[in-house]
Amino acid sequence: MEKPTLENVLAELQQHFGSNILAVEQDYDFHTVHISKQHIVTMLRYLYDHDTFRFQYLTTACGLHYPDAERPFGMMYQVHSLTTNLRLRFKAFTTASDLEFDTLTTVFPAANWMEREAFDFFGFHFKGHPNLKRILNVEDMDYHPLRKEYPIEDATRYDKDDTLFGRRPAGYDRKRLQP
Amino acid sequence: MKTNFDTTTAPATEKEYSILNLGPTHPATHGIFQNVLKMDGEIIVDAEPTIGYIHRAFEKLAEHKPFYQITPITDRMNYCSSPINNMGWHMTVEKLIGAELPKRVEYMRVIVMELARISDHIICNSVIGVDTGAMTGFLYVFQWREFIYEIYEELCGARLTTNIGRIGGFERDFSETAWRKINHLLKELPAGLKEFENLLVRNRIFMDRTINCGPISAERALQYSFSGPNLRAAGVDYDVRVMNPYSSYHEFEFDIPVGTNGDTYDRFMVRQEEMWQSLSIIRQAIDKLNKLDDKTTFHADIPSFYLPPKEEVYNNMEALIYHFKIVMGETDVPKGEVYHCVEGGNGELGFYLISDGGRQPFRLHFRRPCYIYYQAYPEMIKGSFLSDAVLTMSSMNVIAGELDA
Repeated sequence: MEKPTLENVLAELQQHFGSNILAVEQDYDFHTVHISKQHIVTMLRYLYDHDTFRFQYLTTACGLHYPDAERPFGMMYQVHSLTTNLRLRFKAFTTASDLEFDTLTTVFPAANWMEREAFDFFGFHFKGHPNLKRILNVEDMDYHPLRKEYPIEDATRYDKDDTLFGRRPAGYDRKRLQP
Repeated sequence: MKTNFDTTTAPATEKEYSILNLGPTHPATHGIFQNVLKMDGEIIVDAEPTIGYIHRAFEKLAEHKPFYQITPITDRMNYCSSPINNMGWHMTVEKLIGAELPKRVEYMRVIVMELARISDHIICNSVIGVDTGAMTGFLYVFQWREFIYEIYEELCGARLTTNIGRIGGFERDFSETAWRKINHLLKELPAGLKEFENLLVRNRIFMDRTINCGPISAERALQYSFSGPNLRAAGVDYDVRVMNPYSSYHEFEFDIPVGTNGDTYDRFMVRQEEMWQSLSIIRQAIDKLNKLDDKTTFHADIPSFYLPPKEEVYNNMEALIYHFKIVMGETDVPKGEVYHCVEGGNGELGFYLISDGGRQPFRLHFRRPCYIYYQAYPEMIKGSFLSDAVLTMSSMNVIAGELDA
């Protein structure tokens, strides 16, 4: 049998899920399929169980934050089919008021810590996750540091005003802080 | 070693489990790992790993640094094979800006990356020896790891956190001394490796200790997204160098060793064989370099990303402008998303870079193989002895820097 190509996969996805696929775009050597978040599990499960495609390896998953977008928060998943050596990226975006995703641990056990990382750094909730708690940061931290509104520089320090070098913390007012 | 003793069906009322903290700073775990173990006598019933003790917010830091300043961050992930991380990062940015590299640079990179792989595997395998009680092997091969660090020193001036190479190539050509040392290594390391193998490979005590210790099936390993030697030890021949060749790896002849049981012994053997393969790759790379007409190029011709030589900066206006623009991060970068992965010491080391055209990445996510496969650790040590848990961890080569980012 001929080796399936990425076009086959995308055509099949288009045929099977049709309107649930919001967009498909190509960036360098990778195709990204944009979907809404309630279809993540069904779509990845379908690709996992598929006889010829067998996308059974979850390469990575991570959170995204585009503060100016209409739907600012998102998850990115990358799956890999080791039999056909095809890779595919999925993205699902959501609004700030609805940060709940379905857990992917039912399909890939490896998603466990990846989702915990996304919870830790972006504050996403994963419905059905077996052990959703912070993983890299301390448990009593009260914010999610990879969101864009959290500056890397300590906003209470005025010796680090380095605007010329692009290191100006957000919400930083030098005049207010100067002694 | 898995025991036949079934801990799950024994009635809970008659048993009292004890809780044991393995770590955070335990001399038997090489790095800062905490595992809260639930013990039934000497048998592990359950384990809860806590990680993040050396979390340094690399992904956040990277959002605030120009591309060339991120290389030192990557050093500090898997610090046993920093050059691979550095090269992986350079290649990611090169993919983003669409830079074509000269063949000579690619072969030189292959040499450096394979040296790094050898030094990574030397550490892991000799430490497996130490954890089984054999200090000798460790002392024998560590001089070669030291020697590889001397080669790094000759190439870039640093030993552990190397920051080797630049976006577009190397900061300087390999020196005469560097070539001499690489050739010396190629000549002398095989004898050292052989000696190391003689000590351990067919050693009855070592085999009894490691065979069936912390096994994982190929199926489970894939479900947990294992990669690198740990996945190959379980019998899956996935290697990024072959599946998605980068830096001219497709031109090289090498074997991908695979194991069958996915236990400590198989992981040890896979790494051992990979070192031999790496030596062969380095030899091939030197041959290819000798056949090239080009004997001097050590970087691509991308003046807007590659720093010009200092004497030109002082005497030449154009070079001065480029220097200024690069250092200030004022060079335009295309918008886009790139994923690039390399075969690191521990497996698929990926860089997912989102660029919005600014001086820093908009978002940078590291696919760190350790982080992903370490979550299978509790499953792998359940039902085994405490001493096997230590051995399983060292044979998985969990590096705290890569785990915690």
